[in-house]
Amino acid sequence: MTPLLQVHDLAKFYGPRRGCEGVSFDLWPGEVMGIVGESGSGKSTLLSCLAGHLPPDRGEVIFDTRGQGPRDTLTMSEPERRMLMRTDWAFVHQHARDGLRMGVSAGGNVGERLMAVGARHYGHIREQAIDWLGRVEIAADRVDDKPQAFSGGMQQRLQIARNLVTGPRLVFMDEPTGGLDVSVQARLLDLLRGLVREMGLSAIIVTHDLAVVRLLADRLMVMKDGRVVEDGLTDQVLDDPQHGYTQLLVSSVLQV
Amino acid sequence: MSDYNFAYLDEQTKRMIRRAILKALAIPGYQVPFASREMPMPYGWGTGGVQVSAACLTPGDTLKVIDQGADDTTNAVSIRKFFEKTAQVATTEETARASLIQTRHRIPEEPLTEDQILVYQVPIPEPLRFLEPSEVETRKMHALEEYGLMHVKLYEDISQHGAIATAYAYPVKVEGRYVMDPSPIPKFDNPKLSMAAIQLFGAGREQRIYALPPYTRVVSLDFEDHPFEASKADHDCDLCGADDSYLDEVITDDAGGRMFVCSDTDYCRARRAAGHIGAQGAPYEEATA
Repeated sequence: MTPLLQVHDLAKFYGPRRGCEGVSFDLWPGEVMGIVGESGSGKSTLLSCLAGHLPPDRGEVIFDTRGQGPRDTLTMSEPERRMLMRTDWAFVHQHARDGLRMGVSAGGNVGERLMAVGARHYGHIREQAIDWLGRVEIAADRVDDKPQAFSGGMQQRLQIARNLVTGPRLVFMDEPTGGLDVSVQARLLDLLRGLVREMGLSAIIVTHDLAVVRLLADRLMVMKDGRVVEDGLTDQVLDDPQHGYTQLLVSSVLQV
Repeated sequence: MSDYNFAYLDEQTKRMIRRAILKALAIPGYQVPFASREMPMPYGWGTGGVQVSAACLTPGDTLKVIDQGADDTTNAVSIRKFFEKTAQVATTEETARASLIQTRHRIPEEPLTEDQILVYQVPIPEPLRFLEPSEVETRKMHALEEYGLMHVKLYEDISQHGAIATAYAYPVKVEGRYVMDPSPIPKFDNPKLSMAAIQLFGAGREQRIYALPPYTRVVSLDFEDHPFEASKADHDCDLCGADDSYLDEVITDDAGGRMFVCSDTDYCRARRAAGHIGAQGAPYEEATA
């Protein structure tokens, strides 16, 4: 079996400052990987480089494409990369308004990716949009409402529906639960866990919230100052942290 | 003798505009940037169309200017006078006699021929603009043929109104490649976009020129289950009785009185001169025309 995503020695610098450096890992189909670290540790930079939003200075990001097998996404042409972004990849932003079209109805938001890959039958697009709203627990009668009329949690769920409607194989998530209150977070995590398992998705989740990775991630990478300081199975890293920084991180979590 | 250079613009400027026009004709539907000049009229009054007309006019041309189909509205009258003064070209109100027609928001009812040029005034040339505010992004979308977003707009129409409610500036796909805004013509005119005459589109404030060469394939975007429909008021012209022309609704009093008349005044006049009379029309007399 080939890994879905192979990352070799990825590095990104902002002038003399290090964004991230020396990051290498393999992500296997169906696997969920968490990246944790404090603010400024380079986790969002890493995610942007992986998802093609930022050009890294060094390294390879090899994705196992449907048609042509493993290809380096950094050297493929822009049309190919953008095609990948709206079919096999999905990106869930921390702030739902970054990932949604706020002036377009919920149905239009979900349907956009379908229309982007050539769907031209209104009835079918709408059917799928309503089906996906149902899967993320948004009532069908909200399909024509604009996201402005939605709560923060609903907006985030709508963003997820919009991303998953084309059946991507790899989902990038940047703090998917940030800014939501804890009960909404819990429901969202539950939903995400269900969808990931049900669709056999691979995902890379960046977060500073250890509870999120505990619930969702199979594997964990801990970053500090732009480098990966520890990685391993989630439970292993969280229950038996080896690196000093990881120990600090785990012990910093408030116990209620 | 006028103190203006022929057709107001200097020769270098006209040359620059002609190059943009030639490029636009070579790539139908593609928006060619050009160095739009300050014109002696405000933006939004047809500065783009006037510059394109100025670059195309020759002393032997006969010019017709229409505004929403009418020859006698302010915009049409002032632009016609502008070229009478600066280019001293012959002008006409008859579609068939004109060699160059500048139009705002209509295509004449009478089919145009290969010897004619139709120049449109365009306010917003970018069909994707209200969906995607970034020019960098829309250019990239055109370059990579990513037009899914255009259908999102039509989807929104159907979900809100039950049908595609966009009635003007209805987006079209040109020769299977570029999605183009046909300027705010009613969608009734969209099927006429494939025609024998050269069509040039000028947007002065936005500094873009685009074009449709003769007989270009122009398809209005739609959904399989909501096909494109060229719509007009369900009525006949009250003056000339035409049932095939685009109609304006005119309020005639404050008691709910209204009439529908051809928006193309020349078409209506010609029909009335030929003896056609509508429901509220009077027999045509040359003196009153």
